[in-house]
Amino acid sequence: MAIVVAVILALVAVGSVLFHFLSPWWWTPIASNWGGIDDTIIITFWITGVVFTAIVLFMAYCVFRFRHREGSRAAYEPENKKLESWLAIVTALGVAAILAPGLTVWYQYVNVPKGAAEVEVVGQQWQWSYRLPGKGGQLGTSDPKYVSPDNPLGLNPDDPNGKGNLVIIGDDLHLPVGRPVKMLLRSLDVVHDFYVPEFRAKMDLMPGIVTYFWFTPTKTGTFEILCAGFCGVGHPQMRGNVLVEEDKDYQAWLLKQHTFAEMFKADPAREKRASVR
Amino acid sequence: MVDVVFDPGNVVPPAEVEDVELYHPHSWITKYVFSQDAKVIAIQYAMTAISIGVVALVLSWLMRLQLGFPGTFSFIDGSNYYQYITMHGMIMVVYLLTALFLGGFGNYLIPLMVGARDMAFPYVNMISYWVYLLAVLVLAASFFVPGGPTGAGWTLYPPQAILSGTPGRDFGIILMLVSLMLFIIGFTMGGLNYVVTTLQLRTRGMTLMRLPLTVWGIVTATIMALLAFPGLFVACVMMLFDRVLGTSFFMPAIIEGGELQKYSGGSPILFQHLFWFFGHPEVYIVAVPAFGIVSDLISTHARKNIFGYRMMVWAIVSIGALSFVVWGHHMYVSGMNPQFGFFFAVTTLIIAVPTAIKVYNWVLTLWRADIHLEVPMLFALAFIVTFVIGGVTGLFLGNVSVDVPLSATMFVVAHFHMVMGVAPILVVFGGIYHWYPKVTGRMLNDTLGRIHFWVTFLGTYAIFFPMHYLGLIGVPRRYYELGDAAFVPPSAQSLNAFITIAALIVGAAQIAFFFNLIWSLFRGKEAGSNPWRATTLEWQTPETPPGHGNWGKNLPIVYRWAYDYSAPGAKEDFLPQNQPPQAVPAPAGAAS
Repeated sequence: MAIVVAVILALVAVGSVLFHFLSPWWWTPIASNWGGIDDTIIITFWITGVVFTAIVLFMAYCVFRFRHREGSRAAYEPENKKLESWLAIVTALGVAAILAPGLTVWYQYVNVPKGAAEVEVVGQQWQWSYRLPGKGGQLGTSDPKYVSPDNPLGLNPDDPNGKGNLVIIGDDLHLPVGRPVKMLLRSLDVVHDFYVPEFRAKMDLMPGIVTYFWFTPTKTGTFEILCAGFCGVGHPQMRGNVLVEEDKDYQAWLLKQHTFAEMFKADPAREKRASVR
Repeated sequence: MVDVVFDPGNVVPPAEVEDVELYHPHSWITKYVFSQDAKVIAIQYAMTAISIGVVALVLSWLMRLQLGFPGTFSFIDGSNYYQYITMHGMIMVVYLLTALFLGGFGNYLIPLMVGARDMAFPYVNMISYWVYLLAVLVLAASFFVPGGPTGAGWTLYPPQAILSGTPGRDFGIILMLVSLMLFIIGFTMGGLNYVVTTLQLRTRGMTLMRLPLTVWGIVTATIMALLAFPGLFVACVMMLFDRVLGTSFFMPAIIEGGELQKYSGGSPILFQHLFWFFGHPEVYIVAVPAFGIVSDLISTHARKNIFGYRMMVWAIVSIGALSFVVWGHHMYVSGMNPQFGFFFAVTTLIIAVPTAIKVYNWVLTLWRADIHLEVPMLFALAFIVTFVIGGVTGLFLGNVSVDVPLSATMFVVAHFHMVMGVAPILVVFGGIYHWYPKVTGRMLNDTLGRIHFWVTFLGTYAIFFPMHYLGLIGVPRRYYELGDAAFVPPSAQSLNAFITIAALIVGAAQIAFFFNLIWSLFRGKEAGSNPWRATTLEWQTPETPPGHGNWGKNLPIVYRWAYDYSAPGAKEDFLPQNQPPQAVPAPAGAAS
């Protein structure tokens, strides 16, 4: 019985390690600058993997070696301060070895590089829309109270900065490869999350505030957006695409986008609706 | 601290211990239904918790059927899938695990293990159960109201929880919030009992540092609950007001169906802070009693004192305290001030140190022990394996930048199931196999127990270990269907199907457990009062099952700590806590 239990425990440990190295299920190749996250994950796998395997193999050994036999008796050892301190110190060092790279990467994550482009992502049940600064280089202000059928993103029509903003409703977002971009996230209704697995970086959209994250796309291609913040029954269908391309293709795409001014024409009926609110 | 058998100078003189004026039940109703006896209340909590837990288990099968074979079962659609996950999660965490560990194990074991006749406030203790039952019934009622139960996820985040687009926003969410408030009221009543009884009703000689770790675990968890549940309570009140009265505690300006809603100015992140200020301690409230219980299972069945008892107590208390300053790790990508990420990552990884120390001490207890592989011991060993996996994946998620790609993926789902749904459940099973003989006077069937153990342990490992890798790929959680996703290989769907089959097999294996529980009541081998030859007081009662008042005419007197197994020089390999030291002549040749 004891040998069976010991062998099964050992197989669980060894099998888990083998599964890790042999299974086809691993992260999707990275397409952004956030390789530091991947590196931290690898370090953590090594440290925790060694600890897990050591503990379970030690357990398996003890289960067999110290199984009850006729006349066997346990030792009486209430504590061993020296061993316990040593183990605590080693654990603290292991934890520090995991935390150091993780916090270093986080420091980079919260500090947006100067000169990063800005793109606003607007989430709404259940589609993604975007706003780019356009020629003026500045995003205009916005507020949910401005939302109307021809102003679905709620942009302030009186803000001159907003007039030249490029508005993309429910369509693909294009980005130029190699240029850092700060994603400004805004929700018109509930919590969402803008997640592209290949970019690694993501952040929730929190209604009432504007959140952000930044990244630099490093590979051209088409990458799928998944909403990663439960937002109601349409949550799994809230998808989109980010197309990362060479700058000249990106510029060509930009030229084809519509500005806010083009989409939003003065409408007397709207003035009346606004005064009623 | 160490009382070995040779020390006659350390005898605790049997002084007068003022006994408690215990109520006495007079009718069948007051003995078995509206009972003030903690042992009866414990069984009531356990049966209610397990019953609603089975409902949650069935819901998990429905979820797995959808994930393993998407679109195959037409009665499962997006709307009710979210209702299943919400009810499954809330029931399992709060109504099963918390209620079972604190209300079930706590009520039965605390008075017995501290040497008391009952809890300090038996009447309030009784009321606490009926309030808990009412909370469960209110929650269950949400299945039957128009719109069904809430499908907001167990985290109940606003604004979506009370807006259309989320199932159950009409009535289900109201019943959920009311039920939680009732639960918290009931648990405050019970919790005060567990703490006060442990502090004030310990029998003579039972110092705090002679308490079994089971008591340390359950009482620490209770204190945490008393401090953490109010956060959830106020969050529920405010969300109820937002839903019913149209206030805007958590509701900013919102566009719904193209129309601006009447809310404005509220903060959804405020709810998250309140919820997780409760929610993080809550998951430790589930884990810490398991830590305590598993220490006692291991030491009893390995015939060896728990290694490093003082460190184990210190670790339980510091884990309890630290658990109140880590909640932000559930909110790293919520949009809260990113500078908080540094603080919470540090506190979260610090908590790994006392937790790891506990793991080392469990394992070191096995070293040079005398291991009997009884069924409770098997479950204890499996706890260690699964808890280590669950715990180390917490190191990934707690490390703020690593959490960025992994949050809201199946990695998180795998993590919390392994660390909260597998490991503590294995301790629940181990504890039931261990204490069933004391509660009923009969042993559970050993063969059925071993079958139940192996299928459950290896099956749950097969479910949740591979699931981490789905999360690494980037498969999000709370998706009832993934559809076509270019970055996900087709083999991932095969893995999902495999996990579903494993889940159904593990579910079926629980039939062996329930059958065993009932069959052994009538046909189980007679256990005697101390079949495991354990040291702690609950095994030293004059009657088995213990009678009303637990100890007969005289309360026990305690002379030693809870772990005198294989004490050198003792004839037996265990010394009960209430066994007085004997005057034994020194070995021949020793200096006098």
